[in-house]
Amino acid sequence: MSFITGVGLTSYGKHEGSSSLDLMSKAAQLALDDAGLKRAEIDGILCGYSTVSPHIMLATVFAEHFGIRPSYAHAVQVGGATGLAMTMLAHHLVTSGVCRNVLVVGGENRLTGQSRDASIQALAQVGHPDYEVPLGPTIPAYYGLVATRYMHEYGVTDEDLAEFAVLMRVHACTHPGAQFHEPITVADVMASKPVAMPLKLLDCCPVSDGGAAFVISRERTGEAGVRIRGCAQAHTHQHVTAAPALSELGAEISIARAREATGLAISDVRYAAIYDSFTITLAMLLEDLGLAGRGEAAARVRSGHFSRDGAMPLNTHGGLLSYGHCGVGGAMAHLVEAHLQMTGRAANRQVKDASIALLHGDGGVLSSHVSMFLEQVR
Amino acid sequence: MSQRIADWTKGEQAIIFQTCTSCDHVQYFHRAFCAACGAAGPREQRASGKGMVYATSLVCRAATPEARAHVPYNILLVDCAEGFRMMAHGENDLAIGDSVTASFKPFAGKLVPFFTKKA
Repeated sequence: MSFITGVGLTSYGKHEGSSSLDLMSKAAQLALDDAGLKRAEIDGILCGYSTVSPHIMLATVFAEHFGIRPSYAHAVQVGGATGLAMTMLAHHLVTSGVCRNVLVVGGENRLTGQSRDASIQALAQVGHPDYEVPLGPTIPAYYGLVATRYMHEYGVTDEDLAEFAVLMRVHACTHPGAQFHEPITVADVMASKPVAMPLKLLDCCPVSDGGAAFVISRERTGEAGVRIRGCAQAHTHQHVTAAPALSELGAEISIARAREATGLAISDVRYAAIYDSFTITLAMLLEDLGLAGRGEAAARVRSGHFSRDGAMPLNTHGGLLSYGHCGVGGAMAHLVEAHLQMTGRAANRQVKDASIALLHGDGGVLSSHVSMFLEQVR
Repeated sequence: MSQRIADWTKGEQAIIFQTCTSCDHVQYFHRAFCAACGAAGPREQRASGKGMVYATSLVCRAATPEARAHVPYNILLVDCAEGFRMMAHGENDLAIGDSVTASFKPFAGKLVPFFTKKA
């Protein structure tokens, strides 16, 4: 068994003058304090990557900087799925007896540490170096391709996609740490600058500075308990050119494996923390995971289903789209928020029941998937 | 193993694909082996350049100065007649399902495949 014993999250947005290591350290300290653990009690460290400060051994760079000599440490790289992939690995390290307390950390000064062009350029390199990158695609273009196809097959409209941006902004407005606090409307999304059609500026997550961390432990360290019930992955391709048909994408495979591993059904889920790099990502993943029928996710947003007081509260911190996206830490904020909800600490954002949470991360262009169920234990 | 035939990624006006001589699997990204069964030396052929649009995305915000000079440009995924999918450029008004034919056009210092509607 494994427990998430502590979480830490910085605000996202601009952290002028902070390095990636600074942001990782800040989040890590918050997570240790939350778990009530000291540095010497951490025997495993997993960290992601920083596009601003790439390093071939980031975990030991961080361990030395933060002041820990772990018995297990390395970095993990699965794009946007990295946070949940690290959590899955930490779960297995803890349950197999390799570690007692694993610190999982991600952080990057992606906004102030490099130009926006450099960020876009660095990320576009997930494309094929010979057959895709020379064509000048961007990450929004890779997802734009998926979007036009999805909209074509399932009758989803631009206005449908805009609903997800509006919902994430509504949620971000209630979280002091979010990058954006100005309310937006569907019309605002529709009128925002075209980026890679059908995706417009407000359909895309921002570039942010920030950090997030958790501690995964063999034993509970406090009264509030959040247990990792089970998780699974699926990897079907790297490049969008080589992606399978929409009906055979990895989210459906990983959620089926996670359901199998836990014995849980989608109907058991009370809170959803789903990767939302673009509005289309969120729409597709909700439908792939079975949280909405095909082409029906937007209607569920409109009816309040995914709102804080709805039947399936979703990303109540504002998600990547409005809390912000600092790389590896980006989607880790989803888990931090789920943890706060499950331990009754989400303040004005608190939902009535978060007893079972479903988390899902996606890396690449719907290439790598991690699905995870968390369970509240009293 | 046979010599690799140069394609647009090597500066030639050609789209090349591979067919496995043992399992008939068709692949677009060049490899020395078949990704489906592992057999060495898949047969290389020049594609007809005929296909159907699978997806489009009109790029309006580019990341490099070279690409920015071409904005907006339409990125496509095309299902080629020979049974493989490729990324390319194409006319800005192409829609999913359009039958298209390949030509080549300069983009950011390179010749890239550019699809137009079949007459």
